[in-house]
Amino acid sequence: MDLIRLKNVTKQYKNGVTAIYDLNLSIKKGSFVFIIGGSGSGKSTLIKMLYREEKPTKGQIAVGGLNVAKLRNSKVYKLRRKLGIVFQDYRLLPKLTIYENVAFAMDVIGAKKSERRIKVLKALEVVGLKDKVHNYPDQLSGGEQQRVAIARAIVNDPKLLLCDEPTGNLDPEKSMEIMKVLDNINKTRGTTILMVTHDKDIVNKMKKQVIVLKEGRIVKNKEKGIYYDEAI
Amino acid sequence: MKLFRVLIRSIQDAFKSVFRNFSLSLASISCITITLIIVAIAIVASFNVENFTKLIEKDMTIVAFVSKDATTEEVEKLKKDIDSNKNVASYVFKDKAVIKEDMQKESETFKTILSQWKDEESPLKSAFQVKVKDVKKIGKTAETIENMDKIDLVRYGEGMVEKMVKTFESVEKVAYGAVIALVLVTIFLIVNTIKLTIFSRKREISIMRLVGASNFTIKTPFIIEGMVLGLLGSIIPILFTTFGYISFYDHFDGHLYSELIRLIKPEPFIYTFSLIVLVIGIIVGMIGSARAVRKYLKV
Repeated sequence: MDLIRLKNVTKQYKNGVTAIYDLNLSIKKGSFVFIIGGSGSGKSTLIKMLYREEKPTKGQIAVGGLNVAKLRNSKVYKLRRKLGIVFQDYRLLPKLTIYENVAFAMDVIGAKKSERRIKVLKALEVVGLKDKVHNYPDQLSGGEQQRVAIARAIVNDPKLLLCDEPTGNLDPEKSMEIMKVLDNINKTRGTTILMVTHDKDIVNKMKKQVIVLKEGRIVKNKEKGIYYDEAI
Repeated sequence: MKLFRVLIRSIQDAFKSVFRNFSLSLASISCITITLIIVAIAIVASFNVENFTKLIEKDMTIVAFVSKDATTEEVEKLKKDIDSNKNVASYVFKDKAVIKEDMQKESETFKTILSQWKDEESPLKSAFQVKVKDVKKIGKTAETIENMDKIDLVRYGEGMVEKMVKTFESVEKVAYGAVIALVLVTIFLIVNTIKLTIFSRKREISIMRLVGASNFTIKTPFIIEGMVLGLLGSIIPILFTTFGYISFYDHFDGHLYSELIRLIKPEPFIYTFSLIVLVIGIIVGMIGSARAVRKYLKV
């Protein structure tokens, strides 16, 4: 079954730049997909359209049965509750502790308090930060902060995890730790993971499905792909 | 249940945030306070003007004197004619004997002088006292009555009273206009002060949206916060105008310049306008913050 389906999607920005040309793509439930490509290839635009930060100019986008292209501003939260998002800059709230940051994602959807504690601790256990629940984000390293962000993204058990260059600010060693966490989530929870990156080592080591974008078009879509320089 | 939990959280957040961002909250509160004081004064003024305009209008009477030689039948005909006039609300016919008694009651001097006159030589005339429905048409009605048979003289305080009513009417209009303009200005100021508060929480709002908070969930604490600010901002204006009005009323003994301009009694008037000021404060705070937060919910 396809979790994500894009049909003839075109995105043109108001300044006239066309980021995505007539793109067709479907991603199966439970898969782990890398989206790679050079600067301006449209990979960020693609992922932004999936969580409805951007609207496509033309075409249809379906995520988990929701028609994302036609989703109204006031209904965006329905989509966001189905997915978790991880960014390069973590986006944690500095005044809240690690526990509160993760619990925040449950609070805003009105989860029960009893259920909240169990789920937050479980999510922090998955990312290996159970002993740092009372610390604040600035007391943690970059890799740890990113793991908190991952815990926050998975705490509501989303079907899909979107990662926009999650290892962009981290050194290779810490990056691999993050990748292990993500791989573990994909395998044990069956969460579909879509990750935008331009880290060659990671793509080559993980041996997952790779989609290569160039100038807004898919030039390669391979199972167990590797990062070819000439593809970019 | 879920809605209830979200609402409780919103109210808690609103109070927390008012005290957490205390300097900005204080700015919003003082801005509401200052404008609400002026709004409250304008409300008190316009209510009073409306009140005594109505009282004066109610008091306005046409007095029509009947000729001495009018027979009983002619007086009866006059009664019918006056009663059938469309603008006449009510009328009282006072026979000269009754008028004599009334005057005698007024002072000792009148009593002795009047008692010397016999009915035939008395200079007093029987009169109709007519109240009208529409004060603006009083001149025309007076004219109609004057043209009736056996009516000698008609008086209704022409000129002066009409001018007074007109002046009060425009004063009232200006006061209402001032209230509306001030409320709009307050909303504008509140929007901008609350925008500052919200700007510092822009990141929080964007993260809330990313993790799936509905617009309702995000907006509610800000709107409640605005209502709390409005509530806190209306305390001083309410106290100021309540005590101010009571001492004003006492100082002038309930009327300005003449008995004609009567002030509204402080009770229950102070409760009415306090409630109005409070409601205006809360609504203004609510609209202000709802407008301020809207901008951040478009992403």
